[in-house]
Amino acid sequence: MVHFTAEEKVAVVSLWAKVNVELVGGEVLGRLLVVYPWTQRFFDSFGNLSSESAIMGNPKVKAHGKKVLSSFGNAVKHMDDLKDTFAELSELHCDKLHVDPENFKLLGNMISIVLATHFSKEFTPHMQAAWQKLTTAVANALAHKYH
Amino acid sequence: MVHFSAEEKTAVTSLWGKVNVEEAGGEALGRLLVVYPWTQRFFDNFGNLSSASAIMGNPKVKAHGKKVLTSFGDAIKNMDNLKGAFAKLSELHCDKLHVDPENFRLLGNVLVIILASHFGKEFTPSVQAAWQKLVAGVATALAHKYH
Repeated sequence: MVHFTAEEKVAVVSLWAKVNVELVGGEVLGRLLVVYPWTQRFFDSFGNLSSESAIMGNPKVKAHGKKVLSSFGNAVKHMDDLKDTFAELSELHCDKLHVDPENFKLLGNMISIVLATHFSKEFTPHMQAAWQKLTTAVANALAHKYH
Repeated sequence: MVHFSAEEKTAVTSLWGKVNVEEAGGEALGRLLVVYPWTQRFFDNFGNLSSASAIMGNPKVKAHGKKVLTSFGDAIKNMDNLKGAFAKLSELHCDKLHVDPENFRLLGNVLVIILASHFGKEFTPSVQAAWQKLVAGVATALAHKYH
């Protein structure tokens, strides 16, 4: 089980408090679909994903991005117990959604990059390290129930 | 061989034109050493790497970071022939430096995050996509001569 130091927790929680989940969520999911176009296969019902501006402006992308990032907020509240926190979502992504767990790592990367664009210098090396540790751990937790 | 569209090349070169190679290079290498601490093993003779601030302020880290990122500038001039451009460096990293090629991907990731933090909204999804394609191409080119 991954262990977060007190400093890492503070770094994550303090930045998270300033995150506009709706805005950032839409941007994270949008960028995933632009930068890794194969991920669009999971979102057939989302309508127009034919260009960068279509994707970034797509209301279903924004809504779903918000949903995904809100769930990430759970991770921030349960950094000591990620596997249990994400057990049900892990089963869902395996059994119903059939998502390759590699994509969780890609989404985690997107979160780090979007945080970097929003927070700039405030996204210090130490912050970045703590966040990358968290996104990796969430990716692992989401893959944990795969069979 | 990886192919870059005209738009991707423009996205890369126009952003690169605004990059302070000395500053960004030091930051990229520094963040690599902070976020992925095992990479410090390649820099035994760099002196004090005992904390994030020691690493980020370390003059040898800054100097070497500048060297590495300057070399990256070569990639940008040779986007149609990355394997050729990096053949010698690939041999060096394999035969003399013994660097696991996975580390090239990590450095590429760190570079993308730094660009995101420096350029904010200007680091749009399509600019990000072009840069991620480039860093992946460079990582692959640097691994190409490994045996």
